[in-house]
Amino acid sequence: MNDRRSSIVPYVDWFTIGVYFFLVMVGWFNIYSAVYNPAHPALLDFSQQYGKQFIWLTTAFVMAFLIMLTEASFFSVFAYALYGAVVFSLLAVRFVGKDIAGSHSWFRFGSVGIQPAELGAFAINLGLAKYLSNENIKMSKGTVRLRAIALIVIPILFILLENETGVAITYVSFIFVMYREGLSGNILLVGFLTIVLFILALVGSKLVLSCVLLGIALIAYFLFTRRKRRDLTLVGGALAFGLLIVWGTDFAYKHLEPHQRKRIDVFLGSNVNKNKEGYNLNQAEIAIGSGGAFGKGYLQGTQTKLNYVPAHATDFIFCTLCEEWGFIGAAFIILLYLVLLVRIVFLAERQRSPFSRIYGYGVASIFFIHIAVNVGMTQGLIPVIGIPLPFMSYGGSSLWSFTLLLFIFLRLDANRMQILK
Amino acid sequence: MNNVFALRKYIIAGIFSIACIAFVFRLFYMQVIDDQYKLDASNETFRHITQYPPRGCIKDRNGKLLVTNEAAYDLMVIPNQVKDFDTNSFCSDLGITKADFNNGIRKAVQLNTASHASVFMKEVTPEIYAAFEEKMYKYHGFYSEVRTVRRYPMKIAPHLLGYLGEVSKELCERNPKYREGDYIGMSGIEESYEEALGGKKGVKITVVDAMNREVGDYKNGKYDTLPNPGENLTSTLDATLQAYGEKLMQNKAGSIVAIEPATGEVLALVSSPEYDPNLLVGNIRARNYSSLVLDTLDIPLFNRALMAQYPPGSTFKPIEALIGQQEGVLNEHTVYYCGGSYPGGKPKCDAKHGSLDLEPAIAKSCNTYFSYVFMSIMGNRKYATMDDALTSWRRYVNGFGLGTRLDIDLPSALRGNVPTVEHYDRVFGRSHWRPFTIISLGIGQGELEVTPLQLANEASIIANRGYYFMPHVIKSIGDKNEVQKKYTTRHYAPVDAKYFDIVVQGMSDVVSDGTAAASKIPGVTMCGKTGTAQNPNGRDNSLFIAFAPMDHPKIAVCVVIERGGWGAEWAAPIASLMIEKYLNDTIKRTDIETRILDGNTIHYLEEEKLQPKHYTQHTAHKK
Repeated sequence: MNDRRSSIVPYVDWFTIGVYFFLVMVGWFNIYSAVYNPAHPALLDFSQQYGKQFIWLTTAFVMAFLIMLTEASFFSVFAYALYGAVVFSLLAVRFVGKDIAGSHSWFRFGSVGIQPAELGAFAINLGLAKYLSNENIKMSKGTVRLRAIALIVIPILFILLENETGVAITYVSFIFVMYREGLSGNILLVGFLTIVLFILALVGSKLVLSCVLLGIALIAYFLFTRRKRRDLTLVGGALAFGLLIVWGTDFAYKHLEPHQRKRIDVFLGSNVNKNKEGYNLNQAEIAIGSGGAFGKGYLQGTQTKLNYVPAHATDFIFCTLCEEWGFIGAAFIILLYLVLLVRIVFLAERQRSPFSRIYGYGVASIFFIHIAVNVGMTQGLIPVIGIPLPFMSYGGSSLWSFTLLLFIFLRLDANRMQILK
Repeated sequence: MNNVFALRKYIIAGIFSIACIAFVFRLFYMQVIDDQYKLDASNETFRHITQYPPRGCIKDRNGKLLVTNEAAYDLMVIPNQVKDFDTNSFCSDLGITKADFNNGIRKAVQLNTASHASVFMKEVTPEIYAAFEEKMYKYHGFYSEVRTVRRYPMKIAPHLLGYLGEVSKELCERNPKYREGDYIGMSGIEESYEEALGGKKGVKITVVDAMNREVGDYKNGKYDTLPNPGENLTSTLDATLQAYGEKLMQNKAGSIVAIEPATGEVLALVSSPEYDPNLLVGNIRARNYSSLVLDTLDIPLFNRALMAQYPPGSTFKPIEALIGQQEGVLNEHTVYYCGGSYPGGKPKCDAKHGSLDLEPAIAKSCNTYFSYVFMSIMGNRKYATMDDALTSWRRYVNGFGLGTRLDIDLPSALRGNVPTVEHYDRVFGRSHWRPFTIISLGIGQGELEVTPLQLANEASIIANRGYYFMPHVIKSIGDKNEVQKKYTTRHYAPVDAKYFDIVVQGMSDVVSDGTAAASKIPGVTMCGKTGTAQNPNGRDNSLFIAFAPMDHPKIAVCVVIERGGWGAEWAAPIASLMIEKYLNDTIKRTDIETRILDGNTIHYLEEEKLQPKHYTQHTAHKK
């Protein structure tokens, strides 16, 4: 036991741990600035969010350390069991959970709340990695695709029942994992085009859009195809799908929850009152913009600190960073996130075990979608979706679940030499 | 294994990179290129709070405080910060009911939304506030703003000092200096010296969070501007004399105006009935104001000294005598015969004076004599037509400050009325009137109308033997000891000084053994002229103009007592008491003083108003 533990130390990726540690500490100091309360100036004042965050991050570090002590094979052996446990708790929380802010998704243990939805990504990642790392799994097989998607969709359904739409949306990112494992690139492309069409349909005239689609279909059919009969069904099917999205958008839009519809309105900038439904986004943009190139300086931000920006310690924490550190600071953090993502992809690719590789891609994808959605929404590029910025947003659950995801991967990575190819 | 798809790592890493680089570009645009957000931010977080300057105080000529300031507290509320507390104790501390409390909060929300400050209770008195302040910390969402309200320690001169009121919407739009809810002078000195008294507002910039909570001063107040307090004014008023005049005027309608002839400084300006100026301040103002406005019987808000216009009656005769002399149709030896009326029966005289010359004619106030004088002015060969004669007469009268607006430093002084040729043409028709038609002008009746201020100024002109300084009520502004230039220029009456002596002599006789003999002041040679002016609405008005001493006069006075009857009955003794008070400081004639203080003429007015239909018929038979 002792031998093996000491033997993994050289194989641990200290670079990633360094980036992780840096981001967590920046996040903590940033929270201190965001909710800075002159009456409680101590960083470790546990009545304040920055004091509490210190508790969350120390426990996260302890958890990370414990994960590194765990046998690497534990995670692949118990993957399905862990998956099942989380799915069960997602179901159970419906009945015993506490109702917080409209979503029924928290277990309460004394003063500590646990949101099983935060663990959903971890569970899906384990389950998916376990399933796809089986011998003779080919993505080109329909049943494989179906089972993989089922692994993802089952937790999504439970989470949607809890009204945690934002969390559910992040699971879409597993499409990257499936793509890496052989899912057709066309599906990625179709997904992307669907989103583009959806937005165009919301903004533009549906009639014009239909004509344009028809035009593209005709041009594609007559200019770029040879085997006419087969391509006719392909192009025709694509056209029908496109028209369905264009005309179905309106229907879907009208059947959204009012607050979701408002968020889309705000995003599109259509008849929005800056002091009402557009308030969050407008304030967030003002906070970011007012930071300028070099920022206002640490603890000098006015927009975020003065509560103009809502949820400025949690979902909108990025605004404080932008306001106080300016473009220089914020761009550095975004690029640091990119470095982390690319590093994880690199680490995943060097795994000998498919389980470790797939798990790694899952970690990267989950991180990516959180970063992209969170940063994108504060910048007004994406509708407001309440999900945390990894390692920086205030809150124990999210920090723990991201730490859990990352360090299991780092543990697997440290073990890579033990795996026989 | 999955090597076929290994290249896909580049695509995935590429997507990650493209997204992150897009975010960086967007950041660059928002933070470096686009300025819009920076402007928005400075508006949002800093609040420019107006600092109200204290209004200037007003002192009398001897340094006694007439108007000063007192702190009052506006209780402000930010409804969405109001947290659960004991509303019962809150209400009892402020002396309001629970319904008032709920209403106040609801109004505040309707007015300024729940997250913005509104006035919950205006101008809480220091007494109530002192008790409330100690517990304020318990009442989340409430805070106070200090402002000042006027306080009148001597409770005198309400009409002269004026009152404050909320600035009108129109003025706010016209003048950016004002904001709705500001107080400005609405009458009296408060209005005419608004500029000096009002001071200049300052601005305090505080940092405010999104919940409208003040977090602190912006850059430690580096960019704040301090309010400039309003200038203190020194009035020409003699507070003791003013207070005495107001005491004499109790239960009487009318006014007293006293002027220092050598300077034009107004020593007293009493309009009665009056009110305690302290009624029109603070949170009791609205209630009291409407009850004062609704008092249509006494019309206490009406400043009679400047705005009431009466026929001058016999107090006009000295002017008539002066014009006659200047025109060369009259001299001290001119004799007319009075048989009880002017030939033709109109105007009547009070007695059959027989033959008399100018001096006794003034002393006895002979209507017949002055009717002859007026007719001789109208018939002056100098003038080709009667029109020219009347126009010339009118110009003389205007030269004495009658029928023109005196440029006193108070708002809304009226000009009175001196009829024109055109007026008579309109009334009677061109060439359907003759001097005899308008003969009552000669004895200060007919269409002639003057204000008490104008009469006091007339007394001042005679006291000065031919000139006056424009009456004014403010001696100096702030520390500068200088009067406005327009109040230091002599205005000359259109009559030479030499003609005044005989008139002054006649006015001295009025007091020594003439119509006002009962109002003699032992040891003081007072000159005066009584007036008993017909009042179309009821009993005659009692008037008196006077100045004293005869040589080097120190004070000129006009007293008008509405429905007082004979000039000698009320106006003359009141004027003599004013002069005695001002010159001797003590009143020796306590019997007269007692009669005046106990006297009541206002009941004539009340009786008339109660039976409005009768008095119009009565006047037809009146003299």
